[in-house]
Amino acid sequence: MTEHLAIWRALNAALRDALAADDRVFVMGEDLTKWATGGGIYGVTKRLADEFGTHRIRDTPISEEAIVAAGVGAAIQGCRPVVEIMYSDFSLLAMDPIVNQAAKTRYMFNGQFQVPLVIRSNGGSGIGKAAQHSQSLETLFAHIPGLEVVLPATPDDAYGLLRTAIQSPNPTIFLEHKALYNVRGPVRREPVPFGKARVACEGSDLTIVATQLMLHRALAVAARAAETGVYLEVIDPRTLYPLDLDTIARSVAKTRRLLIAHEAPRDFGFGAEIAASLTEQCWDHLDAAPVRVAGARTPIPYAEELEREVIPDEDDLVRAIAQLVPTSAGIRTSQS
Amino acid sequence: MVTDFPYPRLGRHALDLMRLIREFESRLAGYAAAGLIRGSTHPGVGMEAVAVGVAIALRTDDTIASTHRGHAHCLAKGAEPGRLLAEIFGRSDGYCGGKGGSMHAGVAPHGILGTNGIVGASIGVATGAALAAQLRGQDNVSVAFFGDGAINQGIFHESLNLAAIWSLPVIYVCENNQYAQSAALRDMVANPDLTARANAYGIPTHAVDGMDVAAVYRAAASAVGRARTGQGPTLLVADTYRFLGHMVGDTEIYRDSAEVDRWRARDPIPRLTAELVERGLMGPDAVETVERAATQLVDQAEEFARRSAAPPVATAYLDVYQPDVHQEAR
Repeated sequence: MTEHLAIWRALNAALRDALAADDRVFVMGEDLTKWATGGGIYGVTKRLADEFGTHRIRDTPISEEAIVAAGVGAAIQGCRPVVEIMYSDFSLLAMDPIVNQAAKTRYMFNGQFQVPLVIRSNGGSGIGKAAQHSQSLETLFAHIPGLEVVLPATPDDAYGLLRTAIQSPNPTIFLEHKALYNVRGPVRREPVPFGKARVACEGSDLTIVATQLMLHRALAVAARAAETGVYLEVIDPRTLYPLDLDTIARSVAKTRRLLIAHEAPRDFGFGAEIAASLTEQCWDHLDAAPVRVAGARTPIPYAEELEREVIPDEDDLVRAIAQLVPTSAGIRTSQS
Repeated sequence: MVTDFPYPRLGRHALDLMRLIREFESRLAGYAAAGLIRGSTHPGVGMEAVAVGVAIALRTDDTIASTHRGHAHCLAKGAEPGRLLAEIFGRSDGYCGGKGGSMHAGVAPHGILGTNGIVGASIGVATGAALAAQLRGQDNVSVAFFGDGAINQGIFHESLNLAAIWSLPVIYVCENNQYAQSAALRDMVANPDLTARANAYGIPTHAVDGMDVAAVYRAAASAVGRARTGQGPTLLVADTYRFLGHMVGDTEIYRDSAEVDRWRARDPIPRLTAELVERGLMGPDAVETVERAATQLVDQAEEFARRSAAPPVATAYLDVYQPDVHQEAR
């Protein structure tokens, strides 16, 4: 029987299984073993220290640059480090080891060294963590040659993508979403390959590409749209790099319309990359210009009303869908 | 504490290495002028004793992480001059196939985790390599070379603290050559005693005369012994000087020639030579032999590097990821 787990538990299971399967794997980060119930701020490392010891589950000082740099050095020397950065905002303190060291080491040294490093962190808004604990920084990393960027949205993907990240010979930025840790779902405990998008909902009228929180909102809208005879195809790319453009292109060839939704600010976001690539590849199939629904060009504000304002909600999606699919006027908004 | 430098066993070896490095580094300006070297190249003429004194205290499976001024570290740790020079020339026979150049030269079989273009980055990488050794139960140690400019980077402080609390087998070697590019150390720190920084993190430290290879070796061997036996990190501060500018083309307006002359009078190569002659380990006539050998090695290296072909352009797209599946040529 397939287990049903919350995302945080699925991640915990992936770490446990990876630690058990490969003694080169170790985990380090801030407050991993003694915070709250003993599992880091969102519980992901819960009880791992009891099982694998503090030698392999290491609490570190608050030194993001050194933690990631030590991960790079240990990875070069044959370990499989999983470094937790408490919030992805803090990864900005480690940009040198991430961008100048981890991402470039294989290349600069012509393949003599590999950096099988995983940097786990969380991004995203929605729970009042304000400007320095709520950013969606995935595009920063996706822009850097040498990095893989993963955005899990479901428990099964959280488990499977983390197992793949730990097995990957490349440095991987693994960005969880802090508002989704308690989302429950089936977990098969199978690795999920990078670069394979998941068609989360099949449809024929419009392709929506969305990640994490936006994926869940798009799926909710798609369910209501289906009641009105409008069928939305919702695709979760799961990894921004490698990016599975083929699955999106196949979908657009069918639906002839494309909407991209993400939480990060719209300008220079990955929505622009997908819109441009699909326009280049699928010009003849498109009946309308691709549309982006994304975060405002503001920091994430604290007050709930303000935070909700700057992040797309289901109604924003419904309005954008109406723009692309004239027959969709009957989809209920969240208030109706 | 290692109290003696084993002159009979290592003296001549150290001299040969230092002389090779001197010859290699002294030619770089000429190569740059001839258009054989692109970008920035940072020679370490005058600093040979630090690289050699540390490297001869290490095993092949010990690792080093180096700096933008790193050719000496590579040569001392066993890199072949020809393949290193080919890398600096951006040729296909270079250790990195011409992708790295002077600032990104690595040699995996010799534990050379690379020269590095970011000031201070070697410190974090070496700390991680030491963590790997500790986690895997191996007794190899790692060395971070860095300059006096790097000690004001956050990574220095974060890494020393991390290595101290985890007793990591790492030796931090600060090559204090008195200047970070154009910035004099005296202008950039209020406390010129850099060993005080190790005290702040609770790790042992030694100030050594970086113009004396024997002194560097003694301090390095002691630190390596501690690291290898699980006693944790050490900070060595080696006072030294670069006889040439920061990089090829430096106008050197930030220092006067009298200062350079004072340090040149402390040249580590004649110092070791005199010591070996005095101890009867080398005849006065052998001085020329040592120089000739170095000249010959670098002549051969130059010929090898000059003859090496340009890297095939297709290699520009390789080794971004493993496997190379994600790559597409533009």
